[in-house]
Amino acid sequence: MSALPYIDVGLALLVVAVGIWTVAARDLFAAVIGYVAYGLLLAFVWIRLYAPDVALTEAAVGGGVTGVLLITAGKRLGAVKNVAPEAQPGLPLRLLAGILAVLVASALGAAILTLPDPPPSLAPEAALAADGAGAGLGNPITAVLMSYRSFDTMLEKIVLILAVVGVWSVGADEAWGGAPAPLRQSRPYAPMVFLAQMLAPVGVLVGIHIFWTGANAPGGAFQGGALLAAMWMVTMMARLTEPPRIDARWLRLALVAGPAVFLVIGLAGAVIAGSFFAYPHSLAKPIILFIEAFMLVSIAAALPMLVAGPPSGRSDQ
Amino acid sequence: MTPSVLAGLTGAALVGLGLYGLILHPHPLRKLLAFNLMGSGVFLVFGIVARRGAAAGFRFDPIPQAMVITGIVVAFAASALAVALILRLSAQSGHATLDPEAWTRPSGEDAN
Repeated sequence: MSALPYIDVGLALLVVAVGIWTVAARDLFAAVIGYVAYGLLLAFVWIRLYAPDVALTEAAVGGGVTGVLLITAGKRLGAVKNVAPEAQPGLPLRLLAGILAVLVASALGAAILTLPDPPPSLAPEAALAADGAGAGLGNPITAVLMSYRSFDTMLEKIVLILAVVGVWSVGADEAWGGAPAPLRQSRPYAPMVFLAQMLAPVGVLVGIHIFWTGANAPGGAFQGGALLAAMWMVTMMARLTEPPRIDARWLRLALVAGPAVFLVIGLAGAVIAGSFFAYPHSLAKPIILFIEAFMLVSIAAALPMLVAGPPSGRSDQ
Repeated sequence: MTPSVLAGLTGAALVGLGLYGLILHPHPLRKLLAFNLMGSGVFLVFGIVARRGAAAGFRFDPIPQAMVITGIVVAFAASALAVALILRLSAQSGHATLDPEAWTRPSGEDAN
């Protein structure tokens, strides 16, 4: 146990150092790789804060999927056009930005050191939610997401759909309804195909397990959905599958399934259980798992579509 | 220094670092990366609020933690939208930059 403080300090220094690397690296690709490593290291910090659910999300979404998004974007930017002129800002601007950054960071640091004591907490209400409407859920985070703050979670799914619609909308007019460009332009090489074939079945299984176990242990629809999304993207990168046409009915149904089911059950709660988004006590757990199953599908469909980008007019082989 | 204070100060440092990169990087994707760095710093600061709010038999306050999970997913959605806009902008203008003056320059100058 006595080694833990040293590990904490080392971890904090490592996170900041990798953060500096992401900002200072000359090359975009190197910066993105740094950011993926940073996301994984940050997941360890979250575990030290007793937040395994956040750690799983940070590792999967914050590090992994965002990394794929930025690497894909960098490749496409390189393919589209010549790289931007590296007009480096002058020394005075650098100095000014540095001073501003230090000021903001110090103000935030000072605020952290003078946080009120005893700290305010909503934990008792969360405990009530876990015992009450979210009855039978061993994981308080899932209880909060699906019961105490269910409206937020539902709206967040709608944000995902809005983002997908926004991404699709910036495509060229004549490409509307078509498929996004493949995640990888060149022909895949054999190790990538092998990896996708080996990893995807296992990853899908793990993703479903993380969703299922999320009712009682760290995990849930977000983390499981992100894993399923990653597996779909791996198979797309190996060109085992191609991004679907955006006017495909199954794709659109999958995207809206989560929030639609959530909303319908929320409205039914107003009639049956007395208030909007209330669940009948005895059925709370199966209902929550039912909603989460559809959310899992929506997340697994939305994240790869966000990475794949707008429909592309060219039929890039 | 407790682990949560340490994590909070790490978060503060990351916010400063991200702000610096956001202002100074000319490349829009690097700006986006720096902005994400800033965002994760804010999440970390929120995370120690969750850790400090341990009560009712929990070692953390589940409500801020649930909000951070929501926040990470929304931040990703916003990043994806920003990437789509950046790609569209560069496809239209032929330049991967947010500097409006660069668009009027002849494109031969920035062939590096």
